[in-house]
Amino acid sequence: MKLTGADIIARTLVEQGVTDVFGYPGGQVINIYDALYREPRLNHILTAHEQGAAHAADGYSRATGKVGVCIATSGPGATNLVTGIATAMMDSIPMVAITGNVPCSLIGKDSFQEIDITGITLPITKHNYFVNDVTKLADVIREAFRIARSGRPGPVLVDVPKDVQIASCEWEEQPIPEKFPLPLATDAQIAKAAELLNAAKRPYIYIGGGAAGLGLGSAIVELAERIDAYIGCTFMGLSAVNDDCDRFLGMQGMHGHYASSMAQKDADLILAVGVRFSDRATGKVSAYAKGTKIVQLDPDFSEINKNVQVDVGIVADVKDSFTRIAALATAQKHPEWQEAVGRLREREAQFEREQREQAGERLVPRRVFDIINARKLPATVIATDVGQHQMWTAQYVKFDRPRRFVSSGGLGTMGFGLGAAIGAQVATKDPVVLVTGDGSFGMNLNELATAVTYKIPMVIVLMNNGVLGMVRQWQTLFFGSRYSNTVLERKTDFVKLAEAFGAVGMRATTPAEFEDAFCKALAVQGPVVIDTYIGKDEFVLPMLPPGGSIEDLITKVREKGAGENEQ
Amino acid sequence: MSNKFVIAVYVDNQFGVLTRVTSMFTRRGFNIDALTVGETESPAYSRITISLSGDGYAREQLINQMKKLFNVKKVEVLEDDSCIKRELMLIKIYNKPENRADIHFAVDAYRAKVVDYTTDGMCIEVTGDPSKIDAFVELMKPFGIIEICRTGIVALERGTTSLLAK
Repeated sequence: MKLTGADIIARTLVEQGVTDVFGYPGGQVINIYDALYREPRLNHILTAHEQGAAHAADGYSRATGKVGVCIATSGPGATNLVTGIATAMMDSIPMVAITGNVPCSLIGKDSFQEIDITGITLPITKHNYFVNDVTKLADVIREAFRIARSGRPGPVLVDVPKDVQIASCEWEEQPIPEKFPLPLATDAQIAKAAELLNAAKRPYIYIGGGAAGLGLGSAIVELAERIDAYIGCTFMGLSAVNDDCDRFLGMQGMHGHYASSMAQKDADLILAVGVRFSDRATGKVSAYAKGTKIVQLDPDFSEINKNVQVDVGIVADVKDSFTRIAALATAQKHPEWQEAVGRLREREAQFEREQREQAGERLVPRRVFDIINARKLPATVIATDVGQHQMWTAQYVKFDRPRRFVSSGGLGTMGFGLGAAIGAQVATKDPVVLVTGDGSFGMNLNELATAVTYKIPMVIVLMNNGVLGMVRQWQTLFFGSRYSNTVLERKTDFVKLAEAFGAVGMRATTPAEFEDAFCKALAVQGPVVIDTYIGKDEFVLPMLPPGGSIEDLITKVREKGAGENEQ
Repeated sequence: MSNKFVIAVYVDNQFGVLTRVTSMFTRRGFNIDALTVGETESPAYSRITISLSGDGYAREQLINQMKKLFNVKKVEVLEDDSCIKRELMLIKIYNKPENRADIHFAVDAYRAKVVDYTTDGMCIEVTGDPSKIDAFVELMKPFGIIEICRTGIVALERGTTSLLAK
């Protein structure tokens, strides 16, 4: 049938299995919005800002594995997507962003709201397209989805000038490939990996974002039990393995669990599943895993030997490789390893007891998360912004299934949380808790309007300490407590603010108040902001000083970091 | 010199592809010495020849990152002993009577060509391996170089293989 470019976009989105899109209209996407108006199979969520739309598409994808879609107009609409696209790129999140542009005849003439968005997004997309021919449009969109989903996923941008949206051509629906098969590892590679695994005395299975959505959780636990290994994860690997597993030591790295980081250091073999050895995870890379054998499974060949030299790198379908290696692993017992990890865990438990004693009855972060863990409903999605609250979430929240942690890891985007939480709720219809801070929330709180409009149930735990806590922590440790521009102490009344947006606002200053507010909030059919007061000098501990190695781990506030002017 | 290498890349012959390749170099911190691009035996592809210096790690990373770009079809390191490398240079120098004989002698020895001649200047075309071009530049320095323009390296593997068909 003959369709306009705008209708081709709408129809091809439907063809690709899209049901929800996030966006904001404007002059150069009017035709696309007209097509959306006439396309009942697409549910469009109007955000308050294009950045919110990009984060929502990202959160939608993180919570489900489906490709998130966002739409923005040319010029400022397109540039407002940039932070959201970069966030998705750094965390390998599949997303398709569609932007309008001025008609081809006006391109390159500095026309009103013209911007070279393919140029701008070149380094932050997996690939991007400028479509100047309507007959290519449908295939470009199909290819955009294929690229976004296949291999190591990522965002793809399609820029469509207005005249291409208006022009028409023949269009026919095409079936979508369900899967994009990755190459499979050779038997020799698998055998070599299994050999190292079987020879190990202190094995450690290391889970990253590349394993988070593969449904490997129980297989990982089963392997760990069989070969007497322990499991740790990166920030992005959280929720891949359920927290109730007793082999699981939690996140390692800069703010990781003591036992998890130390066990990784002491291990003689690391089986790395979908991790990229980021600087936040390894600390000083020259000191990382010295003398430890590393087997790395990843779909992206450029990740092998990029940051860390590995002994066996297998570029192939990660799930297949893992399953085949596990099948060759023999049952083993390593009592000395168990004892060593047991001692690390005891030491960590000791830190926890000391922290709890010091806290007394105050509403400290740990208490906030005790209550969240105890009261949250099954399958709850936990979204965060960026900063101390994010690290506390990563350390303390107990996840009960995969894809339940929605947080900006690689880029560390403050202002990510609210949009992403909206996207995750639209995608899953499951309960959503957004943990944020007064700094991050202040960046994009306009999306509260979106959450209210669409009656999106969401408990927003706003950890309010009146400061930019993470930077303040660094200033305390490495900059002689010179709190340059990190003291906010704004006069914003978040309860009234929530009410002004049409949401519910509550305040909590004690554990009892917080528990009461949290339980009440769970019953509300819409967003609830709980203004949660915590002290401004709560620290995220342990902490690996930037550029430091695991021996430099800070476990108590009084152990100040080594030098100033850290990275 | 030992850490210099040449990479041949087949890319889709479309606008913007060269930018994708070069912007990746900037983004990942690769420093290139020279880059040439042109048509090939197939109208669908352009061939980019890149010469750069770096250690084994840089070489592996550069190739891996390049292979990830969607418009890149083929990437190959051309090893010194198995390929022909050529570069073309135009060099403009002062034409002083007392140097004229020496210049002409050099031009003959290097199998170069004088392509423009005025009473006070001349332009010479030299083709060859980059090290030959470097040597010719050194030779011309005492006579007074006015301007230099070099194409950068083009390179092909010896024998009957074709990168695209590999």
